[in-house]
Amino acid sequence: MAADSMKAIKSRIKSVESTMQITKAMELVATSKLRRAKERIERSRPFFEVLRKAILAISEDTDLARFSPYCAPREGRACHIVIAGDRGLAGGYNNNLFRSLNPDDGDLIFPIGKKCVEYYEHHGFELFTKAYSVVEDVSVSECAHIGAQIAKAFDAKRFARLDIAYTSYINVLTQQPVIIDVLPIVRTEEDEEKEKRALTVYEPSPEEAIANLVPRYISGIVYCAVSESFASELSARRTAMEAANKNAGEMIDELSLRYNRARQAAITQEITEIVAGAEA
Amino acid sequence: MNGFPLEIVTPDGSIYSGEALRIIVRTTEGDIGILKGHANLLVPIAIGEARVLSADGERSASCSGGMLTVSEGTVRVVAVTFEWADEIDIERAKRAKERAERALQQKLDNYEFAMAQYRLKRSLNRIRIGSDKKDS
Repeated sequence: MAADSMKAIKSRIKSVESTMQITKAMELVATSKLRRAKERIERSRPFFEVLRKAILAISEDTDLARFSPYCAPREGRACHIVIAGDRGLAGGYNNNLFRSLNPDDGDLIFPIGKKCVEYYEHHGFELFTKAYSVVEDVSVSECAHIGAQIAKAFDAKRFARLDIAYTSYINVLTQQPVIIDVLPIVRTEEDEEKEKRALTVYEPSPEEAIANLVPRYISGIVYCAVSESFASELSARRTAMEAANKNAGEMIDELSLRYNRARQAAITQEITEIVAGAEA
Repeated sequence: MNGFPLEIVTPDGSIYSGEALRIIVRTTEGDIGILKGHANLLVPIAIGEARVLSADGERSASCSGGMLTVSEGTVRVVAVTFEWADEIDIERAKRAKERAERALQQKLDNYEFAMAQYRLKRSLNRIRIGSDKKDS
């Protein structure tokens, strides 16, 4: 009996050790990629802030609704750009984001990231495209393409509102799912008290200026959101893997203790048997 | 002081943030210069040269599209790329130009064609502005 349990414990130790090797490797990979991803957000953050400020300034011009479809609210379904990860094993990273967004039935989803494509496909939502299933590879020029496609679809009235759900990177331990409204460009409730401001000049014309700006605006937001999300994913994975390593270490310690006890018990039993045999 | 707050950003980071005396950019309608006290403005930027005059003198840069807004006296340039002339890597721009030219020889769909054309224009602009700087 003792030999059996010894063997069982030993094989469990082995299996935990090999799992630990994987989690350790994943932690290392996430850590080294995270450094680069963090540099990328540091570079893109000022861009994001200035872009938002510029758009906010435009949104205060309520007259624009007459000129540009991008600035006029209209009835219809929404489109959600959702940026999640390519892989699991990142703690609650993917699920927290999916839970924070509550799309209505019939809404259009623009998924970025493999997990995201799978999730919304499984839940029966109409997907805009499945072309962007690798978050890590989304570059500036791909964002430009995304922006152009979405602006065109908005113009063709495929949807009436656009928002983007991503995970904002706060620090190594905290990542926050956020949803921001992108289109139409309208004033939000909270700054309603502001008086109508000085006239703005649009070159060459309001329609053309806004039409030119919207694809760039979307692509800029997407680029920044992808940067933030990717850093969040890596950081969530690193934390999850760190915890997994710790648990695996504790398990190995406990199993080794049990193994040694079983070994000693076996030896003691053998000695007892020998002594008993000699006495007989 | 005749300066105004100017912010220039690209997805690759903040390029300029501070006081400026004048900025000239190439818009889709032609060059425009902005001085202090300009009316609120929104205008798309085309591929071209941008010149920023600050207390330290004038610097020229290659800018490849984006937009410029003036809002309550603050000027914001949100650009796709924005490189100061003395930081342009001409060899890299030349390679990009050759790549774009080769790409244009092939059969491309509309979007790819437009992208290749855009890249060609951008590299030509970089080469022009980068070489101007080296000569002077």
